[in-house]
Amino acid sequence: MPEIRVTPLGAGQDVGRSCILVSIAGKNVMLDCGMHMGFSDDRRFPDFSYITRSGRLTDFLDCVIISHFHLDHCGALPYFSEMVGYDGPIYMTQPTQAICPILLEDYRKIAVDKKVVEITKHIHDNRALRYVELLPLSGTVQEPQSTSNAFTPPLTHWLLSPCILIPSACETPGTSPLMLVDDELEIKAYYAGHVLGAAMFQIKVGSESVVYTGDYNMTPDRHLGAAWIDKCRPNLLITESTYATTIRDSKRCRERDFLKKVHETVERGGKVLIPVFALGRAQELCILLETFWERMDLKAPIYFSTGLTEKANHYYKLFIPWTNQKIRKTFVQRNMFEFKHVKAFDRAFADSPGPMVVFATPGMLHAGQSLQIFRKWAGNEKNMVIMPGYCVQGTVGHKILSGQRKLEMEGRQVLEVKMQVEYMSFSAHADAKGIMQLVGQAEPENVLLVHGEAKKMEFLKQKIEQEFRVSCYMPANGETVTLPTSPSIPVGISLGLLKRELAQGLLPDSKKPRLLHGTLIMKDSNFRLVSSEQALKELGLAEHQLRFTCRVHLHDTRKEQETAVRVYSHLKSVLKDHCVQHLPDGSVTVESILIQAAAHSEDPGTKVLLVSWTYQDEELGSYLTSLLKKGLPQAS
Amino acid sequence: MAAHLKKRVYEEFTKVVQQQQEEIATKKLRLTKPSKSAALHIDLCKATSPADALQYLLQFARKPVEAESVEGVVRILLEHYYKENDPSVRLKIASLLGLLSKTAGFSPDCIMDDAINILQNEKSHQVLAQLLDTLLAIGTKLPDNQAIQMRLVDVACKHLTDTSHGVRNKCLQLLGNLGSLEKSVTKDAEGLAVRDVQKIIGDYFSDQDPRVRTAAIKAMLQLHERGLKLYQTIYTQACKLLSDDYEQVRSAAVQLIWVVSQLYPESIVPIPSSNEEIRLVDDAFGKICHMVSDSSWVVRVQASKLLGSMEQVSSHFLEQTLDKKLMSDLRRKRTAHERAKELYTSGEFSSGRKWGDDAPKEEVDTGAVNLIESGACGAFVHGLEDEMYEVRIAAVEALCMLAQSSPSFAEKCLDFLVDMFNDEIEEVRLQSIHTMRKISNNITLREDQLDTVLAVLEDSSRDIREALHELLCCTNVSTKEGIHLALVELLKNLTKYPTDRDSIWKCLKFLGSRHPTLVLPLVPELLSTHPFFDTAEPDMDDPAYIAVLVLIFNAAKTCPTMPALFSDHTFRHYAYLRDSLSHLVPALRLPGRKLVSSALSPNIMPHEDPSHQFLQQSLERVYSLQHLDPQGTQELLEFTIRDLQRLGELQSELAGVADFSATYLRCQLLLIKALQEKLWNVAAPLYLKQSDLASAAAKQIMEETYKMEFMYSGVENKQVVIIHHMRLQAKALQLIVTARTARGVDPLFGMCEKFLQEVDFFQRCFIADLPHLQDSFVDKLLDLMPRLMTSKPAEVVKILHTMLRQSTFLHLPLPEQIHKASATIIEPAGESDNPLRFTSGLVVALDVDATLEHVQDPQSTVKVQVSYPDGQAQMIHPKPADFRNPGPGRHRLITQVYLSHTAWTEPCQVEVRLLLAYNSSSRIPKSPWIEGGEMSSQVETSIEGTIPFSKSVKVYIMPKPARR
Repeated sequence: MPEIRVTPLGAGQDVGRSCILVSIAGKNVMLDCGMHMGFSDDRRFPDFSYITRSGRLTDFLDCVIISHFHLDHCGALPYFSEMVGYDGPIYMTQPTQAICPILLEDYRKIAVDKKVVEITKHIHDNRALRYVELLPLSGTVQEPQSTSNAFTPPLTHWLLSPCILIPSACETPGTSPLMLVDDELEIKAYYAGHVLGAAMFQIKVGSESVVYTGDYNMTPDRHLGAAWIDKCRPNLLITESTYATTIRDSKRCRERDFLKKVHETVERGGKVLIPVFALGRAQELCILLETFWERMDLKAPIYFSTGLTEKANHYYKLFIPWTNQKIRKTFVQRNMFEFKHVKAFDRAFADSPGPMVVFATPGMLHAGQSLQIFRKWAGNEKNMVIMPGYCVQGTVGHKILSGQRKLEMEGRQVLEVKMQVEYMSFSAHADAKGIMQLVGQAEPENVLLVHGEAKKMEFLKQKIEQEFRVSCYMPANGETVTLPTSPSIPVGISLGLLKRELAQGLLPDSKKPRLLHGTLIMKDSNFRLVSSEQALKELGLAEHQLRFTCRVHLHDTRKEQETAVRVYSHLKSVLKDHCVQHLPDGSVTVESILIQAAAHSEDPGTKVLLVSWTYQDEELGSYLTSLLKKGLPQAS
Repeated sequence: MAAHLKKRVYEEFTKVVQQQQEEIATKKLRLTKPSKSAALHIDLCKATSPADALQYLLQFARKPVEAESVEGVVRILLEHYYKENDPSVRLKIASLLGLLSKTAGFSPDCIMDDAINILQNEKSHQVLAQLLDTLLAIGTKLPDNQAIQMRLVDVACKHLTDTSHGVRNKCLQLLGNLGSLEKSVTKDAEGLAVRDVQKIIGDYFSDQDPRVRTAAIKAMLQLHERGLKLYQTIYTQACKLLSDDYEQVRSAAVQLIWVVSQLYPESIVPIPSSNEEIRLVDDAFGKICHMVSDSSWVVRVQASKLLGSMEQVSSHFLEQTLDKKLMSDLRRKRTAHERAKELYTSGEFSSGRKWGDDAPKEEVDTGAVNLIESGACGAFVHGLEDEMYEVRIAAVEALCMLAQSSPSFAEKCLDFLVDMFNDEIEEVRLQSIHTMRKISNNITLREDQLDTVLAVLEDSSRDIREALHELLCCTNVSTKEGIHLALVELLKNLTKYPTDRDSIWKCLKFLGSRHPTLVLPLVPELLSTHPFFDTAEPDMDDPAYIAVLVLIFNAAKTCPTMPALFSDHTFRHYAYLRDSLSHLVPALRLPGRKLVSSALSPNIMPHEDPSHQFLQQSLERVYSLQHLDPQGTQELLEFTIRDLQRLGELQSELAGVADFSATYLRCQLLLIKALQEKLWNVAAPLYLKQSDLASAAAKQIMEETYKMEFMYSGVENKQVVIIHHMRLQAKALQLIVTARTARGVDPLFGMCEKFLQEVDFFQRCFIADLPHLQDSFVDKLLDLMPRLMTSKPAEVVKILHTMLRQSTFLHLPLPEQIHKASATIIEPAGESDNPLRFTSGLVVALDVDATLEHVQDPQSTVKVQVSYPDGQAQMIHPKPADFRNPGPGRHRLITQVYLSHTAWTEPCQVEVRLLLAYNSSSRIPKSPWIEGGEMSSQVETSIEGTIPFSKSVKVYIMPKPARR
């Protein structure tokens, strides 16, 4: 019995270190290879020893697919390839391949330089951040105990070489190109929204297929479109379920609120600080402000700190086909990521007078530039700080959001916060409705939930089973789900045969099965259905005729010819829609069945009817025999 | 010198002759047309290969065929069809047959038998499909012939089982277009079996080919369009198609569901998997709402559009579309809109947001939450935040239509519309502002909503701002703070974009007159009066101060207590503004001043109106007095023209009619005067100079007739005939004058010939109207036409002269609605003393902003003319996108004109004005055959002449020499 087996090594009833093993029709595929942001020990990476205790990983895995550049989806790649030693193919989209190394390099720097660990910097999303709560409250983390796990500088550069790019599939969603891993395994990428270059993947072997969504967003935003999938009807859909129990408000209120607040502050002559993570939402907010500035003809400067973002922005400019309708259509006149109003930030600008808006990293105000600026501006009630994401307990961000107005800083200083503090959530995951929408669009046979909390998954699972009537699974890490499949086997049919069969009746009804005579030829691993003549010709065989003959004894005293005539008239009356003929030599034919009457050698009162038919006419032949055995009706 | 000039005159005349020869040539060509079929036959016989034949056919298809020769051509084509083996040639012939049977004036029933005949023997699927298409063309040409229709339907049914999707498609199309409407009629039609067309088409809803499924649905829709009532059973079938794999099927199915829901809105349908039943229209609404989150944007657009027209939907279903039932961690959450409303009602508006402000409230029952089949739930929320702006626009339009029919829904959708003001695409923003304006009488803006609306006033796009001003003109504001806020924001807008001045003043005018009671308590603050102290008198020329005054004066109109709050200078300013900006400042009943009664109330019907009667009477007087002695006629005409002009000035609603008639009378007057000239009595060579008056008159009449024809909207065919007739008379006059003054016969030949052609043209164009022109110039002319054709120019001139003198005065029937096109250039204002300086040889862009009234099709007719002091004039064609249409009959031109010139020593003025381009041949009806051909497009773009229709504005410019 063929089956699909799925084992999450990470992200099973959990958020972080996404890593899912899928075996489909004898192929083993690993989906994502992420790290867990909440741990600093061995639990940080998926347990690759599950795949094989001994022997090379490369022999066990056919390929690895990375859905997007967030570290909880690709963070373990260096460890996986350099320490564990995988050197097989890794598939990802081009933007992911371009941006991923920047983030990894950034992460490595922090880990090695014993700086304040700002590991959460690249994470866009509130849920993933929950797990950072496990960090010590001071906001600093000790160097991980086993430095052997942290990779050494040169290792991050590997990424550019061995991975294979998946063609851009987003420009015209209808024509997602296929990518063949080998003769049987093929991968197809769909647009997923979420972040630049995020993709959903269909993994297909023969007629069996699995769709893995990675993270996706069903509502479009200012720089990315909405996730899209066709009715591909996979055997299994593996979907994230971060917001399994939430239905979100319209994004427009949020945007309007944000713009209004920034605008008011700037008009008052105040300064706005927006602490952000460097990638993803930062670009979204930049575009939002940029277009607003353009529309309203505002003059106040907008600054963006850190070099990392500059590099990333460069890639955003390049990968226009991956953005949304508006940017795609207008980039010929003007690339939206070539910001007119957003300029690079310099430390000195923080002290300059007049209104301004500054995006600064990190996003939780616990260190770095954003904190420095915050300290400078906190004392003025005209200023404002807007927190666009979740803040971990213990960080300055969390304190001010919970209403604290006096902050103790290092060196026993007390900072009084007079500036306004606002919170605004910009998130790029599908909500419960979006997940259901995607399931409805793809029409899978089974659904498997990952990347979410168990309690919330439970709710969504129940809903999916209830509304789509498909079975839904939510395995924990290390737990295996086995799905039996019944793959259909395609058989080629020759056109001649098809036409011949068609000619015999009306058009086939798509809903009803229909009987067809032909010869099945299995050659190499393909199947063909051809007419018997052609099969004989192809195989070089001579045709053998197989005839059944049967003698039926009839009690009839009359002459043979008369018996034949009686048989003829009897059959003629019974078999109205068949061609019954009386041949001059005294025999009777029904279609191709021959009936001859002869006198019995011993008993002249009994006539022997010889019935002969080929095996093709077996049905009619046996019917005739049974008919004749019943005897002829008495002539009136 | 004089000789030289004369030579030039002759040169020009010779040019005219050349043109004429060309025209004669075209005339000859027409004569050769009937022999076309023969030519085709020869061509086709000559063709040696299918490619050749195809070439001939293609060539043939480029030219029109006249109705009488169609049948012959068809016979030849059919003959060739039987002989032809190549399917591509047969395909072309089949398509030609279809094209030919569409020819006007040709009855295609004679070729139907042949078409059906060849259909039966045809093997190629493509040709079959094309033949069915031809049959469709024939069938639609003969809508009344039941027998033929039955036969065609029969043929279509026979070929429905074809294996090719193209053939099945065409069959379904045929069924949809010709399927009989009433069954009773079918019985007498040659005993053909009664077919249930709907059932047959319905069977193909489950065809294996998506294209055929689409065609089946389309055919069903076609049946509906033709007035056949669809069965209700189709509804369930169509619902199944909503989950089809192909977008075009789903898109068509959505339409079908919509149609059925409009047919049987009140029927009851069961909800699957429960015992409940709901109205069909509600069910359909839910289903279409569901399609708003379809995976294909084409379907989403379609669904969003249709939602707007489902007005019978129950209100709770309607309101669901705006409610997404938010939750967070399984707990019910309020939307930002609800929170804003609550904040507003609790009175602590604009408190800063607190952490956890949006924390979810009560627990949600997990069983009761329905994530997907919740029908209409949140459909518009999804539609409005769709990725494709096409969907968003469609959703906004649908919101608008639904809100117009349901006030409670309008109230609810307000928040969402306001949010759309922040969309990233300007078109969407504009659309939502317009939508809001349309529903504004159903709603009152809350203060926080007003705040968001007003924030858009700072938009850098002029269209957005002006749309918003218009929106504010008709919004209801609930509080005096709201009015104050609006005023402050508008003044801010005024300082930021001073060009918006007029629009803002107009906006404040309406804002004031709509909310007198809300403005009243604001007056002291706005006028900054103080109970004890006199404050400084504000600057009268400050646009912001004028804006405030416009608001206050308009509010004071219906609020008699307000003037008591004014200080002395306010009254003085009122008097000044009432004179200078009378359209913005109403007449007020002020203490100690008597109210100047305004003009007649506008609600008197035009026919009861005494001034209208006066107009009628004075015109009738003119028309009845045509046989009086010339002196009296002239005087009467002069008086009437004067009366009419004065009337037009006084009564703005009659200005169009009065001007139009006055112009006509002036033409008549000119004609009479010209004919009274003494020169006619004198031998020709002696009075060369005196002829100036007559030829000038002829020229002027021509100009005036062009104005009459093209500058007035609402001119009907009756008037056009009279106008053309007048022009013909002017041309005759011109001919006569030339004949008398010109030397030599050669130029005259050409002119005569041309004139006779004009007469011929007139006859052809207005053949239907000729009976009305009894006893007129042209009537007599046509009688003498055969004689004129053969006589010499001198003789022609003589005849024309006598006829002109004898001709009577035609009565000009007045059209129902007539308006004179006019234009005002707002920008440049022509007041600036600072010249626009630019380097010679380079260009400078001049912003032109003008309003156009009653101009038909301004995109192709309105041009901008720039005349430089050296007499050089440029005509600039504005882009079609430069025209906006703010209201019926009104247009706005906002464009840029590029100026350039060589260096000048002094700054000097250039004149800018608007022209109306016309082309008299555009009125000629065209045959359908040539439509889209290369020739016709050329005719349309050419400009025959232009009429200036705005005052010219002077712009001071200074091209500087380039510095080396």
